[in-house]
This record gives sequence, structure tokens and C-alpha cells, in this order.
Amino acid sequence: MSTVKDFTLSCPLPITDYPTVTLAHGGGGKLMHQLIEKMILPAFNSPLLEARHDGAVFELGGARLAFTTDSYVVRPLFFPGGDIGSLAINGTVNDLSMCGARPVYLSCGLILEEGLPMETLWAVVQSLKQAAEVAGVQLVTGDTKVVDKGKGDGVFINTAGVGLIEHGLTIAPSAVRAGDVVLLSGDVGRHGIAIMALREGLEFESAIESDCAPLNAAVQTLIGGNVGVHCLRDLTRGGLGTTLIEIAEATGLQITIDEMKIPVRDDVAGACEVLGFDPLYLANEGRMIVFVPENEAARALELLRGSQHTAGAVEIGRVTGERGGLVKMKSRIGTTRIIDMLSGEQLPRIC
Amino acid sequence: MKFSSEYRDASAAQGYAQEIRRITTQPWTIMEICGGQTHAIVKFGLDELLPKEIELVHGPGCPVCVTPLELIDKAVQIAQRPEVIFCSFGDMLRVPGSEIDLFGIKARGGDVRILYSPLDALKIAKENPSKQVVFFAVGFETTAPAHAMAVFQAKQQGITNFSVLVSHVLVPPAMEAILGSSSNRVQGFLAAGHVCAIMGYEEYIPIAAKYKVPIVVTGFEPLDILQGIAMCVAQLEQGRYEVENQYTRAVPAGGNRQAQHYVKEVFHVVNRKWRGIGEIGASGLSLRPEYAEFDAELRFNVGDYTAEESPLCISGLIMQGQKKPHECIAFGRQCTPEKPLGAPMVSSEGACAAYYRYRRAELATAGKV
Repeated sequence: MSTVKDFTLSCPLPITDYPTVTLAHGGGGKLMHQLIEKMILPAFNSPLLEARHDGAVFELGGARLAFTTDSYVVRPLFFPGGDIGSLAINGTVNDLSMCGARPVYLSCGLILEEGLPMETLWAVVQSLKQAAEVAGVQLVTGDTKVVDKGKGDGVFINTAGVGLIEHGLTIAPSAVRAGDVVLLSGDVGRHGIAIMALREGLEFESAIESDCAPLNAAVQTLIGGNVGVHCLRDLTRGGLGTTLIEIAEATGLQITIDEMKIPVRDDVAGACEVLGFDPLYLANEGRMIVFVPENEAARALELLRGSQHTAGAVEIGRVTGERGGLVKMKSRIGTTRIIDMLSGEQLPRIC
Repeated sequence: MKFSSEYRDASAAQGYAQEIRRITTQPWTIMEICGGQTHAIVKFGLDELLPKEIELVHGPGCPVCVTPLELIDKAVQIAQRPEVIFCSFGDMLRVPGSEIDLFGIKARGGDVRILYSPLDALKIAKENPSKQVVFFAVGFETTAPAHAMAVFQAKQQGITNFSVLVSHVLVPPAMEAILGSSSNRVQGFLAAGHVCAIMGYEEYIPIAAKYKVPIVVTGFEPLDILQGIAMCVAQLEQGRYEVENQYTRAVPAGGNRQAQHYVKEVFHVVNRKWRGIGEIGASGLSLRPEYAEFDAELRFNVGDYTAEESPLCISGLIMQGQKKPHECIAFGRQCTPEKPLGAPMVSSEGACAAYYRYRRAELATAGKV
């Protein structure tokens, strides 16, 4: 009688459904979540991984640390409001910040395509350096690989980071309570539209710039201001809608938000109307949601508004006592609807 | 946002809802033709504002949904050829063919691209003279002028490596097919505003008279739709059956004559198959013989192919207003947006996808799925 589970080579995802990886598996929607739940989590079987936070939080040598990694494959490499370099720094800085950590050290792996102009690489490296300085983190280790022409897309970057947790708060979905207020740190959808506009050659009256920014200063301001933050989550792929659903599902509680309170810039709203996109699901690279107890919401909002990259912070809704893990939104015309997760990426509609 | 926020005002919406409640004395079944309208109704929960006597049924006006399976298969066959750059509007890529969708072809290495305008495909053809560039010309009267213009320009400019796979359908014949059916339940229509912006609404006048149904040309914003419903209910209650125009800010009676000119220049009316419904006489467009050199079906020799649809999918009944999406046994079970059996589960304009995205949790709570 063996107590060890049989080792199995069969793939846990039904191969008949998806014999190959599709773009939707990386789109931040349902298929990506299925991939993580059915293939990745069971394969590695770690309680730290099971927490499904933006990074792993653990104690090591007497210190509480956060540790995270992310890869960046954006095309085009340079876009209004940022580039792959600033994205690679800010993305990892933000993931550490969402664990309530102060980001300290980052690694950087560069995967370069043969034929990439040296000048382009230099611009990316300069951007990495500058973004690290702005965020107050140090790049301390790295790696460079070159792949054959046609096997990469100019530059792919992976960054990993460690941060120090210098407070006693538990900042995670498990800390969210009924009655918590949901704060959003600024307008949504700009990064998604900025990339889309450039990639597809769409022209607007003026360029829509990405919201790409480091959020560590804002998070440190909240924690330094003794706000009892319950949960932080940055809005990346999948946007505000998907992030809210993830937290509602993780907590089993209902989140109710008000469409009228979600800031969307006019040019972004216009682009969404033209393309048939919902700004709720557009990518952001410098936005987060913050869950705080009701009696601390006003102070948290004031602190956020005083910080450079969260000056547009607003209250968008509440966690209600109802069970079921749903996100509901009061629409502009006063009706209520359920926000559901998208299957993959949003597709431009026909007409 | 300018030009849309004023059509999404809560108190004005309540005002129209009250007006509809005030004038309604008996049950009426109204069909919104266009998938864009279905989407807005479900997204904004407009039907929640209506009295229980008013039932909205969702029409066949989603171009993705009515494109027949065999045309998707033809697109797949063409897209997997190594010399082809296959271009399409985004939401066609996820529509299931008999074996695979266009996204699947892309994952296997096919050059499948999402475009916003068929004229961009013409540009790609010029930039890639050694490739065959094919555009999937799908849609109603709304997209026909842009497709006509691309083909017209290709001929003018002598671009020989460009062709279109045409699956164009027309709204009025579909309305007649619904009204002529013995199981028809539709008593009034909200006609599709964007289609009428191109074609005008004169062709609806004989339909309203023949079948004694009110037809209200209606826009896509919440207030447009509520006002359209109010106008339609008023006609029904008063026993009138006229063509009225709610969407006056976009639709002149005669439509866009220049757009119509190019459509007539390049296309002629033919019989077309509708997915889930079957063939409807004189219900679609095809390239005129003078433009046959741009017909991808001829160029790649896929014209004779036919395919059978899933027997489980009741999309045809849904698009004729005889069933609601959640009344399908496959809804949310064998058929989901990740693994759609029928096209209405794919497009953001499809009735099944709209119900799945906005209604599934409520329906589940009510034990209906």
C-alpha cells in the first residue's frame, strides 16, 4: 500500500479542447485561469503558489519578504507613455507593492532577437535604468540570451524582484471583509487603447498615452499613514472587471460597484465605442484597487490623492455581505448587471 | 462622453419606461433586429425596466451569427494555404467551423490578421505582392459599402493578389421570412439603425403594410431603444402599422445614396444560406460577374463545399424569436463562449453570448440553467 500518489504523465487539461496553446491562454481571461488552475498549480503543489497573489509572501532569515516574477512581450516596444523597459520595471515593482512590500532588488533577463538594432537595445536599457531609479529599486542580477532572427519579437524581458514587508498587516484577498470600501487609483483603459491604437494604426486626435507607472510610493504612503489596508491588486491584463471578479471569487463575497464612478477618459471611451470594447476589461499598467475598512476610506483616499501616480483615486464601490463571489455593477441608467470574466481577449466587432 | 452620455441618462430612461408602462394595456412581442441592440438591452438591463406585458425577442441581425458554417469552413480552407494572408474582422476568428476556427489556424502558423477596414487589406496586398490577400467580407448592408469600395479600388488599381470571401446578407428578406413563418410570434420590429443609415427605410414600407406590423427604425443607445419600444408599443396599442424613424440623427429616409451606388456597382442580390435558418431567397449579396476575378471562392476553388451544423444548436429558433438562449439544452453546458457550438455564443452581438455574459448568474440562481 503506497501513500504516494501515482505519478501521471497525462495532461490535466482536456487536450481534445485545446491541443495547442492559443493567444487566449495568455489573455488574462477564463482560459488563462483554467491553465493556471488545472495545469500549473497542481504541478507545483505549493501553499505559497496556491495563495495566487501577485507574488509569494514568506519569512526568511527573520525577515518577511515578497518575491515575484513577470515576463514582458509587448509589441510595439515603444508606445506613448512608456516602453518595454519601463513596463518591465514598473510591472514587477507593482506586483511586489501589491503584496504590501517595499520593492528593493530586481533581476532582469533579456531575450534579444538577432538583428535587433543596437540603438533600440540601448534605448530599452536606458529606460530600464531610468524606471528603476524613479521607483527606487536596484537591478542587481541579470542574463542575456540571443535567439535566431524570426524566433523572437525584438526584445523579450523577464524581471523578478524581492521586497521587504515592514508591517504586520495581512494584505491579501483573505483579509477582505464585508463592508470594505473599494478604491480605484485613477482612470482605466489607457494602456490597452494606447497599445491597440499603435499596433493597429488607429489614429485619434491626440495620442492616448499608457498609464504605465510605479505604485510603490502610493502603497508606502498608505501603509506609512497607518491605513489598515485589507487588499491591493494592480489592474493589468483583463482590466478592472477581471481583477474584481478574481477577488470576489477568492473571498466568496459580493462586490458592488457603480459604473458612473469609474473614471474613463473621453478619448478612451470614444475609442471603446468605435471598436466595441468595454473599458472594464482593458489593460492598465499603473492602476490598482485598494480594499480598506469603511472608517478608513476617506483617509486612504486623501493619501492616495496626494501621491503622484494615484492623484485620480476614487471610491467605486463596496464589498457587501452577500455570498456567491459575484461582482455587480449599477449601470448608468440605474439597472444592475453582473460583471463576468471574458474568455480571452476582447475582439473588435464587425459593425 | 460627447454624443453618447446624453443617451444613457438614468432619469430620461425612467421617463421612457414610465411612458411605456402607461400606454401598455396588453401583451406585445417586439423583435429588435440588430445584435448591437440585443447587446445594449442585455448589458444595460433595459428589459428590466419594461412592464411584464412587453416581451423583447432577439432578431437575426448579428452578422457573425448568421454566417453559415460552410463559409467558415471555406475561410479555414483558404486561410491555411501557405501563400494566403487571411484578413477578417475580429469576432469572426472565434466562430467554430466544422473542425477548427480561424484562431486555430493562426495558432498552427497560418497568417490570419484582424483588420478594422477592408481597405487595409488592399494596402497589405500592395505591400505583399508575392502573397494572396483575402478579406472575409461578412455583414449586413452596414459593411457592404466598405467591401464594395475595396473591390472597386482593387479593380481600378489593377491589384491582382486581392480577393474577398463574400457572405453578405440583407435585413428585409429575413424580416419577411420571420413574418411569413406559421410559428411567427413577432408583432412589431425595432429596425436596425445602422443598416437604415446606409439603405434608408423606404423598403420597409411595403413590409409594414403587407404584414400589418409596425416597424420603428431604432438606434443603439439605451434611450434610443427605450424610445423605439415606446413608439412601437404606441402603434400596436393604437392599431397602426407604419414605418417610423426614432434614429433621425443618423437615418435619412433615402439612406446614403453614394454608399448604395458602390454596393450596386460591385454586388448583386442572390439567394443566401443563413446559419441556423437555412436558405432565404434574394437575401444576400454576391460579386457581379464583372468583379468575379475578386471572388475568393472561385480563386481558391472552394465554391462547391457544403457542411452540416450541430443538431444540438437551436440558434435558428433563437434568431427567429421563437426561443430564448437559456431555453437551449446546450446553453452554458456543451455550449459556452470558450467552446461555442453555434455562432450566437461567439460574437459580442450574439444573443447567447449576451445572455451568457450578463445573465448567467441570475439564470443559475433562478434554476433556469
